[in-house]
Amino acid sequence: MNFASAFTPEKLQEAWECLLNEFPFAIWETLYSTLLATFFAIVIGLPLGVLLVTGESKGIRPLPGPLMSFLNVLINLLRSVPFIILMVMIIPLTRVIVGTSVGTVASIVPLTVAAFPFIARLVESSLREVNPNIIEAAQSMGASPWQIVTRVMLPESVPSLITNFTLAITTIMGYTAMSGAVGGGGLGKLALSYGYQRYRFAVLYLAVIVLVIITQVIQSFGTWLAARSDKRLKEK
Amino acid sequence: MIELRNLSKLFTTTDGPVDALRHINLTINNGDIYGIIGMSGAGKSTLVRCINMLERPTEGTVLMDGVDLGTLNKKEIQKIRRRITMIFQSFNLLMQRTCLENIMLPLKLAHVPAAQARARAMELLETVDLPNKANAYPAQLSGGQQQRIAIARALATEPEVLLCDEATSALDPKTTHSILELIREINRKMNITVIVITHQMSVVQEICNRVAILENGAVVEEGEVSEVFSNPRSNATRSLIYPEMAEGMMLFDKGGQRLRVIFNGAVTEPLIARMAMECGIAASIIGASTRSVGDRAYGYMLLDIPGSPEDLAKAISFLSNVPDVTVQVEAEYSGEEAEK
Repeated sequence: MNFASAFTPEKLQEAWECLLNEFPFAIWETLYSTLLATFFAIVIGLPLGVLLVTGESKGIRPLPGPLMSFLNVLINLLRSVPFIILMVMIIPLTRVIVGTSVGTVASIVPLTVAAFPFIARLVESSLREVNPNIIEAAQSMGASPWQIVTRVMLPESVPSLITNFTLAITTIMGYTAMSGAVGGGGLGKLALSYGYQRYRFAVLYLAVIVLVIITQVIQSFGTWLAARSDKRLKEK
Repeated sequence: MIELRNLSKLFTTTDGPVDALRHINLTINNGDIYGIIGMSGAGKSTLVRCINMLERPTEGTVLMDGVDLGTLNKKEIQKIRRRITMIFQSFNLLMQRTCLENIMLPLKLAHVPAAQARARAMELLETVDLPNKANAYPAQLSGGQQQRIAIARALATEPEVLLCDEATSALDPKTTHSILELIREINRKMNITVIVITHQMSVVQEICNRVAILENGAVVEEGEVSEVFSNPRSNATRSLIYPEMAEGMMLFDKGGQRLRVIFNGAVTEPLIARMAMECGIAASIIGASTRSVGDRAYGYMLLDIPGSPEDLAKAISFLSNVPDVTVQVEAEYSGEEAEK
């Protein structure tokens, strides 16, 4: 088929109608699956990331070496499976949790499973940025390991965590587009099944443009928030 | 009272074991401002961290009022650390918290109610003379101000002992002076024992009453500051008191007979000129670090005595007859150089 013919006035008119009728719901689906998956991934990944830092042999609360190795291997394993394959692999798990493996709600399960190891690594790197001297100071005040995590390490790394969580959200949003391939809703599904499979390239491009805009907005907001929360940058 | 008994710390590194501390015995009395001084790598940071059990000694004991801190469990150690607090070279304030929140932190860790902690923190801001910085962030303060906040934070739990780990090393001389003044004031007014870790003799000189000199993990000299200063017995002490002199000796590499002349409050007089005239010995001054207090001289002078061993003996007898002057032959330097 002729590529240029996808952008005739009629096709553009059709894409415009699609934008008005289909896009609002698709955007909503994309956003809520992204945000819910990010939320669940943080719930699992944040404590895991904390353990990766505090549990190592020189950490503030060392855990048994084999357990740390197991956690690291598990995270690397999940991180190395391509998302689109992971999604199919864990269909049984998705069925157990949601009752079905098809649809936007069902897509949150594989999204979470794919994202929490990623989040754990991001949290790990944020916490490693905390000046070890400050942690030593907290120990010298008689802080327990739990207090060091909750009162020193996490509060001190808030700007870095915001930056990394922004990165996570935009990455997870990229995954939601892929989940369109196996029945997850959203802009990805719209672009694939409506735009690509039905040769409505104008719709495909429009969906991509909207995704780009949303990503930009989230990224800019995250960057702004991180800078605003960082008290090291305050003017004298 | 803090007592260190036969304290040793062994670090196992990839290059094999390292003796960070070797059989340290020290007694720090209540009310002391006790200086522990040494070159970098002498083990002073490890030593101070053994006192609050941030480092567990490999051998020996740390006693606080007779209690062996090594036998305490984690919870008890956490409680002890409210009584032995610490300030650092790099201040180590929480950068994302206001000054007030930083000072409140140790109180919150000790589960003190927020209102009470806040009142105490405000009081401490007054103590360290920064009452209007409650809501400022550390990044907005100068180094000296940050150290003041760190001191306030260290005082929050009303400790009995304050450990200062190179607390003024990152500060300029004027700020150093004002921080030392503050530490002295705290020592006097709150009756807090202070242990000062430093590589700067001037710090010890300014505030300490007792001092221990640490070299390669061992205490080589210990005593009243005035005594150690006027009559240093070890090389480590000398090179710390007169660092410029040690350098002078390095530069002067021709072999020869060296004399160290120590002034313990001698009357200022043209000593070297008199020696030249009366004994005919033209000594060269390799290095000197002396201070005059009134018309009295304190300090050191390192002389190179040319000529035969008889000339050296003559110089020694001339100099030792001068009141309040002691003379030592610098054996190791002439010996070292004679070998070459």
